[in-house]
Amino acid sequence: MQLHEQIREFILANLVVFDDDVDFTNDDNIFELGFVNSLFAMKLVTFIESEFRLTIESDEMEISNFNTINNIVNFIQSKSVYK
Amino acid sequence: MDIKNGIKCVVWDLDNTIWNGVLSEGDDVALNPRIKEILEQLDQRGILQSIASKNNYDDAMRKLKEFEIDRYFLYPQIHWEPKSKSVGIIQQSINIGMDTLLFIDDQPFELDEVKSVHDSINCVHVDQYTELLSHPSLTPAFITEDSKKRREMYLQDIQRKQEEESFTGTNEEFLKTLDMKFIISEAQEDCLKRAEELTVRTNQLNSTGRIYSYDELNYFRNSHDHKLFVCELTDKYGSYGKIGIALVEITETHWHIKLLIMSCRVISRGVGTVLLTHIMQQAQLANKRLLADFKNTERNKMMYVSYRFSNFKEVSKEEDGFVILENDLTQIQKFPPYINVLVQ
Repeated sequence: MQLHEQIREFILANLVVFDDDVDFTNDDNIFELGFVNSLFAMKLVTFIESEFRLTIESDEMEISNFNTINNIVNFIQSKSVYK
Repeated sequence: MDIKNGIKCVVWDLDNTIWNGVLSEGDDVALNPRIKEILEQLDQRGILQSIASKNNYDDAMRKLKEFEIDRYFLYPQIHWEPKSKSVGIIQQSINIGMDTLLFIDDQPFELDEVKSVHDSINCVHVDQYTELLSHPSLTPAFITEDSKKRREMYLQDIQRKQEEESFTGTNEEFLKTLDMKFIISEAQEDCLKRAEELTVRTNQLNSTGRIYSYDELNYFRNSHDHKLFVCELTDKYGSYGKIGIALVEITETHWHIKLLIMSCRVISRGVGTVLLTHIMQQAQLANKRLLADFKNTERNKMMYVSYRFSNFKEVSKEEDGFVILENDLTQIQKFPPYINVLVQ
């Protein structure tokens, strides 16, 4: 669960929309909710690569790997020893 | 004079360089011959200038104001710290390569000290300052509207940063306060020089690393089989100048993005994909498929991210890392709400 919280914290810190009751589940598509902009995608990629010391290959740069908290966590776990 | 690269910023010493004498020793200093003319000329050419001087800040600034030359200098470093540190601060603040800086001083010790820390910087002794204006490294091929305004644009950036740092709301609320306008137009002849400058300047994202000459761009501008878009960003502080271009090839069945360039300076404004969205909309209206060339260079990974997160998929890949991306145009993101997009 710790990994989910870490990702959620990053997303909350980088949201472009913010009101106090912003709420999304681990399965909500953060791109469709309009919470994020083009800059966010770049920040997210940089964050994942540096925080988890991994390299995202071109063919992994699928939005489906990054559009929900669960998908991001699954992707990180598939790439590394983080469990 | 041993200068290796095109120079983007000249860093001046003050005592016995800009002026004759040592201010802190009570000398009645006077500007060295032709200094004013040189500062003004470099400024007009779009070459930035700064100061690395060991002096009392207030005294030196008062003198610079008295000589009416204070406005030329960005991030002046006037204090007693080593000059290598001053030069480092200037380089980071302006965010350009160390090899595009030129440091001028009268003391060999200072030149050596700076050079010993920053190996790639260009150093010149003040003896040679009158030759600066005729040196090729300080003579850009074209002087555009944007180069003349470059210092002003950096000053606006400083103001923006200060305001951004003191802003307490969210990022989007801040972006809303900027009153940004993103102006997209098809290139006219008068902006080709700036477009060419964008293709050769290094501080930007280039989708293929290709560089086009003025003549090539002019050919595309007149070609019925191509569209050459340029865009400009303005906000309440002023204009960022021309910050992006896209070259699109038009065929029976496709729009094909051959080149996309975005200035790094505007990425933090969340406008990186506005031009891309516009092209996607236009291709959809024209009922064409949309393709884009991309070649991985050291610096453009973020552009690949933008393409992929805008729903482009790789359809072919060559060994040298060149790929063609395709977008089925089923999902086109909206323009960000904090920006007013004008198509001319």
